[in-house]
Amino acid sequence: MDVAIVGIGIHPFGRTPGRSGLQQGAYAARQALKDAGVEWKDMQFGFGGSASAGSADALVNELGLTGLPFINVANGCATGGSSLISAYNAIKSGEYDIGMVVGFDKHERGAFNADPKQMGIGEWYGEKGLMITTQFFAMKIQRYMDMYGISRDTLAKVAQKAFMNGSMNPNAWRRDEIPLDEIANSFMVSDPLTKYMFCAPGEGGIALVVCRADKAKQYTDKPIYLKAAAFRSRRFGSFEVFAPSQALQQVDGPTVDAASAAFEMAGVGPKDIDVMQLQDTESGAEVMHMAENGFCEHGEQEALIQAGETRIGGKMPVNTDGGCLASGEPIGATGLRQVYETCLQLRGNAEARQVPNDPRLGYTHVYGAPGISAVTILQR
Amino acid sequence: MSKKIPIAEGLFTWPSDNPALLGSRCQECGIAEFPRKLSCPACGSENVVSEELPRRGKLWTWTIQGFMPKKPYLSDETPETFRPFGVGYVELPGAVCVESRLLENTAEDLKIGMEMELVVGTYRHDEEGNEIVGFAFKAAN
Ligand SMILES: [Zn+2]
Repeated sequence: MDVAIVGIGIHPFGRTPGRSGLQQGAYAARQALKDAGVEWKDMQFGFGGSASAGSADALVNELGLTGLPFINVANGCATGGSSLISAYNAIKSGEYDIGMVVGFDKHERGAFNADPKQMGIGEWYGEKGLMITTQFFAMKIQRYMDMYGISRDTLAKVAQKAFMNGSMNPNAWRRDEIPLDEIANSFMVSDPLTKYMFCAPGEGGIALVVCRADKAKQYTDKPIYLKAAAFRSRRFGSFEVFAPSQALQQVDGPTVDAASAAFEMAGVGPKDIDVMQLQDTESGAEVMHMAENGFCEHGEQEALIQAGETRIGGKMPVNTDGGCLASGEPIGATGLRQVYETCLQLRGNAEARQVPNDPRLGYTHVYGAPGISAVTILQR
Repeated sequence: MSKKIPIAEGLFTWPSDNPALLGSRCQECGIAEFPRKLSCPACGSENVVSEELPRRGKLWTWTIQGFMPKKPYLSDETPETFRPFGVGYVELPGAVCVESRLLENTAEDLKIGMEMELVVGTYRHDEEGNEIVGFAFKAAN
């Protein structure tokens, strides 16, 4: 049984002082139900998650106590992707016809604070100032630039493109373009990455109504089919965050594994993809994820990005909604935002930021601590 | 009289005139890890033994921490006296890549592949004035 997305909803990303994370999730859920032309009581199941805004299953108090099974999902940055995969499997199993996937969050300002003990690492690691995700991202791209000839200017261009796309997205947090030299010369957070090259913890909510593919046309004339959904964790030897040591011999990270599983599941290849949303926690991540997901060879990003090929209208449009850089990162919602944007693009409803030539296949990719990745392939 | 106290037990040989980092080595598959663990991260075997890691290695990658970290960061610094610090992975031959603070803290002084050496010394002071001893790497002479 194939799976289709028949309803999509979003609560604008950014900062909404008057509204809790849960209320932002409910807002998105109501929109998704309306989009599919169904009601909450029609939902046979729910999967959802939030990292800092309470239990997702509390949504039933907002939307109605219908008795449906609602399962909380908690999987770091891959929470949204994991919820969607759970729903995908629930429908594929034949057990359910229709249900909801939802993710929302509301984080405090500033970088995420990590506790070494929770990760099984000694307190000395945090005391010495090593328990900091931004350092990992910087060290990964630092080595990558050295190995494959990626320039600092290319990192700035990734962020510039994100804010350019964000300026065309009414649901983005940062909707003003930022000049290239301002990005390059902003505060050096962790060499080679400056302030504007990092995303920030934020707020937002996304909901999707998913159903059996053979019933999709009942709800919409533009169903988007989930051709693949794959999730992988790290193997020994991949370079990951919060690692006091790592292997001498490197192996491919979880992104590479999840991507190849997803392509195999969907029976398509990277060249077939028309629009892609790739985890861009910072500029360097987008660069590396282009190759790790199979869209180019290592090092080719330099020429592709310099030529503008990852912009809307380019050969391989990446993060058409502005990505995490322009949207911020509400952990529970971030992976589902990518799916929401892909649905808009494949339906032809992305307005000012619509990718030309009727895109047919879309791709989403999340990556998070401590080394997990989820990929989906969507088709209209 | 102030004492010298290691930042954590078992991270490096202590007391010692010439300390070394302490790792564990799997007797089944040969993989080394730092700090010491009770099992092997590659194969899960519990047949691991402690060993001293090499004191020199090559810089594998690096960055510079530009802002003063929030808790759990603990140092003698204040926001006024904080200075950016280097962080990197040093590839210890035949053993493992170890993450460490670096004594160098400018992009000009750091290059992937450069030779680094271990330094064990005072990292901060506790409330009683004791010296808390930690490890770092610096460019080798
Ligand atoms: Zn082993």
